[in-house]
Order: sequence, then C-alpha cells, then structure tokens
Amino acid sequence: MSIEAKNENKEFKPLIVAFCCNWCSYAGADLAGSSRLAYPADVKIIRVPCSCRVNPLFILRAFQKGADGVILCGCHPGDCHYSTGNYYARRRMTLLFSMLDYLGVENGRTRVEWVSAAEGVKFSQTMNEFVEKIYSLGENVRLEDLRCKKN
Amino acid sequence: MQEELIRRAKELLGDGTVVRVMGWRKGDLSFNPEPALFETEESLAEFVYDGFCGANLSKYMIKLSKLEGKTLVFLKPCDTYSFNQLVKEHRVDREKAYIIGVGCDGSLDVDAMKEKGAKGIQEITEDGDTVTVRAIYGDKTFDREDVILERCRACKGGAHMVYDELASNADEEKPARDGRFSLVEKIEVMDPKERFAFWQNELSRCIRCNACRNVCPACSCIKCVFDNDRYDTAQKANADTFEEQMFHIIRAFHVAGRCTDCGECSRVCPEHIPLHLLNRKFIKDINTFYGDYQAGADTDSRAPLTNFTTEDVEPSIVQERG
Repeated sequence: MSIEAKNENKEFKPLIVAFCCNWCSYAGADLAGSSRLAYPADVKIIRVPCSCRVNPLFILRAFQKGADGVILCGCHPGDCHYSTGNYYARRRMTLLFSMLDYLGVENGRTRVEWVSAAEGVKFSQTMNEFVEKIYSLGENVRLEDLRCKKN
Repeated sequence: MQEELIRRAKELLGDGTVVRVMGWRKGDLSFNPEPALFETEESLAEFVYDGFCGANLSKYMIKLSKLEGKTLVFLKPCDTYSFNQLVKEHRVDREKAYIIGVGCDGSLDVDAMKEKGAKGIQEITEDGDTVTVRAIYGDKTFDREDVILERCRACKGGAHMVYDELASNADEEKPARDGRFSLVEKIEVMDPKERFAFWQNELSRCIRCNACRNVCPACSCIKCVFDNDRYDTAQKANADTFEEQMFHIIRAFHVAGRCTDCGECSRVCPEHIPLHLLNRKFIKDINTFYGDYQAGADTDSRAPLTNFTTEDVEPSIVQERG
C-alpha cells in the first residue's frame, strides 16, 4: 500500500537510452559537452561501433528493462565509417519501430537521428526535443507485460 | 486425387527416380493427417491427401536433402514459396528433390467446424464446395468457404513457384485473393492502448510450446537463439526472461523479409494466437516502404533486410504517417 502511494506521488523521471555511433554522434555528444551545451541527464548514452551494430534486440531489451524512450544516433547516410552500415540500420529500425508501434508502444518513443561529430548543437537540440516528447507522453507501457494476462 | 498421387509415387519409387517419398499419412482421427516419410511402395497404403493436409512439407526437405538420393515431395502452391526461399538460403538442395505440385482448394480448419457447432466429429467428407461432417451430436454440412483456414482466405493463388511435374488437380490459373492485409489494417487503426491490450490478450495465452518456431520453414537455424544451452540436454526451459517475454517479437523480426506468409505458425498454435498477423505487418511495411516483395517467389533476388538503396525512407516515417 505504502509503496504504491509513494510511487504515485513521485515525479515522472523518464529513462531514455541513446545508442550513439562511436564515429559521429558519440563525438557529437563530446562536442556538445565541451561547448557547454546542455541536454537532460535522463539520457543514458551507450556507445556502439556503428549504428548498424544495434541489434533490434538491443532496443527490445531497453524497453524490457523499463526504458521510456530509445533513440539511435548514427552518421549521416553516405558518411558511414564502414561505408554502408547506417543504410542497413535505417531499414531495420524503420521496420522495428513500425512493429513496436503496432504492438502498442507509442511511435514517439522511438527515434533515429543522424548526427555527425561536428554537430554538437544538433545533438543537444535533438536530445532536448526527444526528452520533452517523452515527458509529454508520460510513462511507457511495460513491454514485458505483453505476455502477462491482465487481472 | 489421393489414388493418383499414390500411383505416381509408386512409379517413381519403382523406376528409381526417387528413394523416398515425403507426404502425409492418416492420423488417428479423420481430421489430423500428419507429415510422414515413406520408403517402400507398401507403406504408401497409408498415404493421404485431403483438405486437412495443410502441413507445409518444405521444412522437412532440409534434412532429407542431406541424405543419399532424391526425395519425392508433394507441395501445395503456397508451400512452393517456402521451398524456394529455402533454396535461396542454401538450406535445401534443389537437385535432391523431385517436386510434384499438387492443387489445393483451401485447407480445412477443424476448429472452425467445432465453433460452428459440429460436436464429437467422427468423419468428415469433402465433396467439391461442400464439407459434410458426421458427428455424434448431429451431422452438419458446411460450405467449404466457411471452414477454411484464415490463411487460405488470403490465398496467394494456384501457381506453383517450383516443381518437376504437376498433379492433375493443380490449377495454375487460380487467382490470388484480396484482403491479405485487412486484419492488419484493423489493428493499425486502433489507438496504442487498444493495440497493446489486443496483443496482451493474444500473447498472454502463449504456453511457449515452441510449435510455431518448430513448424516455421523460415526458422531453419541450426542453433536458435531460443535454445537453452545451459544444460547438456535439449529442453524447453527459458534461457532468460528476455527471450521469454519478447519471444514473438524476436521471432517475427528474425523471419522478417524471409517469411513467405505460409500461415503455418497460426495453424499449429494450440492457443489460436494469430501469429501470422505479426509477420504480415512486416510484409505490409516492406511492401509499402521498399516496394512489393514476395519471399520465395524467386531464388536470386536480395531480401529486403540484406539490401538497401540510398533513397530509402527515414525511420521517422513511422511517426509521420500517424
């Protein structure tokens, strides 16, 4: 009883996972930091060698562990360090996000953004916008409950 | 029809073209024939081919094409897509199979008959467009159209994609039916909460029997992510909570772009979960975003997820289309 009551009064603090490509957006995040641009602390960055490294299961895992939003940042199409990685990632993520939407995760909770190493401003802007969006959507459905009967 | 297939199978076994026959055998009830391997002419006495032979035999060819000699396999039009897809993925050897394309008027669904009031089914006879059920609690006659599987209502047409010869009932001209995505569209127009509730209601019934995975011709990995290797014996204990909770989404994604929409997953599901609606969603998206693609229609095109163009749509399309 007390635990639930406490949780109800608690302010909503979203958990947001950002997968950032080592060669661009991770450096972009660094640049944002060293240029003293602010972005919310709700964003947890995970560094990946390429946006293509993000197995769709990673995104599902993040949601299973209670993420309220997941954003994937990679190099602009055509600029991939490994030539074509982000093109494959783009197809995969389009299909996965569409599927998550189909299953009942609001489509605003998933996003892909192309951010280069020189775009510190874009990085902080993107993160600010995304976090704002998640705040407006509120708490996410619990994807792990998809297999649990209600009542 | 059945007699014709048995006669042809005996001929091919007799002249040594094939050394075994993959077909269907009579089950313990009149409505559950099962896939079976026949190695002698005598054993073919048990062979059946009727409306309940919905089972797709393509997947059995993975193991059979590793054996010595050719195997005769009977494939319905929709099964040939699965076979082609397996050829494309180098999982079966086309040279090791002798394919007889058999015609299909839509596979019958015994559960639909039970739902429509046939209780205690003893015998079912098909006669063209009508199906007569002899049951303990009253005999029934159905229109074939009313008691076929959901997948057959969106039939891909009567054309065989791959075959060595055609049986006399094969109708290559039979047109494909519309409305393949009508159920998917019905879910798409719901709001996110309704969609979540819909899938929660469906997927919570899953008992993780793994039947959908085991029957799926696209699920042909030697080592599957859902196999638990913590013990030295094969068993169904979950590897972890993640794979248990995300099973259906992971499986649907793993077969995305390779699923031929044969509908076997939904047919074998003991809980009647419409699993094919997950796969069809991917097919629908692939068709809209990357152009029409039918897995298994050929053996040389690149699958949508192992291909790209520089002009592909951005993932933000998911938000933009609302």
